[in-house]
Amino acid sequence: MAELRYREALNAALREELGRDERVMLMGEDIGVFGGAFKVTAGLLEEFGERRVRDTPISENTIVGVAVGAAMSGLRPVVELMTINFALLAFDQIVNSAAHIRYMFGGQVTVPLVIRMPQGAGHQLGPTHSHCLEAMFLHVPGLLVAVPATPADAKGLLKTAIRDENPVIFIEHESLYGIRGKVPEDENTTVDFGHARIAREGSDVTIVGVSRMALTAERAAETLAKDHGLEAEVIDPRTLRPLDLDTILESVRKTNRCVVVEEGWPHGGVGANLAALIAEHAFDDLDAPVARVSGADVPMPYSKPLEDIAFPHEPQIIQAALAVVGQRPATIPGAH
Amino acid sequence: MTSLPESEATPGILEPHAAREWLETMTLIRRFEERAGEMYARAKIGGFLHLSIGEEATIVGSTRALKETDYLVSTYRSHGYALARGTPPEQVMAELFGRVDGCCGGHGGSMHMFDLSRRFMGGYGIVGGNLPIATGIGLASDYTETDDVTLCTFGDGASNQGTFGETLNLAALWRLPVVFVVINNQFGMGTSLARHSAVTDLQRKGESLGVPGTRCDGMDVTDTHAVIAEAVNRVREDRRPVLVESVTYRFRGHSIADPEEYRSKEEVAHWRERDPIPTFGELLEGDGILDAQARERIDREAVLRVDCAVEFAEASPFPTAESLYEDVYILDQRSRGDYSVRTTGSQEPSSDSAQSSSGEVPRRITTALELSEEES
Repeated sequence: MAELRYREALNAALREELGRDERVMLMGEDIGVFGGAFKVTAGLLEEFGERRVRDTPISENTIVGVAVGAAMSGLRPVVELMTINFALLAFDQIVNSAAHIRYMFGGQVTVPLVIRMPQGAGHQLGPTHSHCLEAMFLHVPGLLVAVPATPADAKGLLKTAIRDENPVIFIEHESLYGIRGKVPEDENTTVDFGHARIAREGSDVTIVGVSRMALTAERAAETLAKDHGLEAEVIDPRTLRPLDLDTILESVRKTNRCVVVEEGWPHGGVGANLAALIAEHAFDDLDAPVARVSGADVPMPYSKPLEDIAFPHEPQIIQAALAVVGQRPATIPGAH
Repeated sequence: MTSLPESEATPGILEPHAAREWLETMTLIRRFEERAGEMYARAKIGGFLHLSIGEEATIVGSTRALKETDYLVSTYRSHGYALARGTPPEQVMAELFGRVDGCCGGHGGSMHMFDLSRRFMGGYGIVGGNLPIATGIGLASDYTETDDVTLCTFGDGASNQGTFGETLNLAALWRLPVVFVVINNQFGMGTSLARHSAVTDLQRKGESLGVPGTRCDGMDVTDTHAVIAEAVNRVREDRRPVLVESVTYRFRGHSIADPEEYRSKEEVAHWRERDPIPTFGELLEGDGILDAQARERIDREAVLRVDCAVEFAEASPFPTAESLYEDVYILDQRSRGDYSVRTTGSQEPSSDSAQSSSGEVPRRITTALELSEEES
């Protein structure tokens, strides 16, 4: 095990897979000479050369479309989009091409493509650079969606994504690039898709946290134990497609209560989806409705105090957990 | 640097065997498209149906400029390209009928023909969406150091899409082996060229992007072939993209549902005088390559071939309900989660849970399918 930052773990995964498979190549804006807007690809141009690590023009839809064509004809491209918000410029190629080509053409081709991009609020970047859009990609059959929250998962899931035969939307988080964690150094260690991570065991309430919210939920769970005597089980799904619903249902059957935490918008969100699935499959096991904690239903504001209350923090998660177990204190310090 | 010297490509002496094959293929496309229109009117074919009638010379002239390992990418007007590339008419017609023996198993339909074995890399339903894909195929050829070329067709309307500028720039920047063929059939759906493009000399639209252009008479298969063959050879040798404008006209509406109120009958009649099939047939007869009887025989054979295609499509079954979820994903055996979601579940304890604990992969999740079975 090595102690790596999340960005270093991603860099290691890219370096190892570039070394392992000649068909793997990287494309994206400023990933080469500049080393990536978040320095995830630092050093890779120098190590692998311009054939395999390609700086692109600022043309998101075409970058993705070119990668789709390359993937259809034998390469395994890994595209970096500078942030998830810019992926909206490429939505045609992501949905109409990457996700649908295999089905549309009767299974004659595969599209082994990875599209990496970070999301998330907290840096005062306002409404065009701060959103969490995993639900939009989760919506689309044909795509796989990975949302790593730890350095080890960042590395292991990215390696799996590159080796997978399907198009994978790989969603990183801007606020996680600097966090450290133990990461396996073995080049053959991967994290399989569809296996949720039980971040913390507990029997009183299940908290499902998506992307960065898995870590926020873990911290909230510690406070719940310390201050309220509640043992929360925290689950990080790690991939939203495929979804390890079994692990979530198993936990809900044990705790009979569930809170889903996401940073994105509530309407049609990941939490809405999970709440529906849990209700469909474990209704009789629930002692309370599934609670959702989500980002505020607004475009992300710039002003710091507004931005702070527009996405979830520990107090909102604690409040929701207490509510589903029937302990609802009058006020929660710091909660909005 | 960004404009090609005036094309010196000349049709030259026709090789009789090739010329005959060109006429046969153009005739097959014509008769196929006419029959598809009839089948649409009889509700055998659903959705949209975009016919290539009038554009056969462009299709055959361009595809015959390719070698077998070259790639072809077309628009949603895709039947003729599949036929020209050699996909059996039976498979194309069965796809139009939505049958299991269609070239895409009934998943694609009229706009989305595909034949990997013949490197026909697809018809695409989004205007301009095929340009980056073709360029990506060119990237793979470049990356793997083959001398294969990709030919990408698109309409005059697509030259206004963002992908046109983005893709031509990137292809020129990375020196990718792509021949872009803009099929100027005078209309972006119902909007005439002069009403949708500030620059109507389409061959010049790539100049500022580093892609030189040239033009061919898309109603003349010999000129189309000569100009595009020259472009293909240039791209194969120079490894840089070229734009070719093929000037043509579709005799039918944009799709079969088009009332054609945006153009006059006189205009259509004027272009029909230049119908590429009789024009070429007469040329061959004049050159002594074919006599009138042989021309008739070619036509009869095309009609018979299309008869067989219809018969085959009629006999082919519809895909089964069980196949609804096929080819959405390639399942990875190490993965255990649900790739697709149960939309309504039975309230019984899920048998999937039991399976997953025993290491099986629970992924068949389709209530739409279960409902359709209950209804039937």
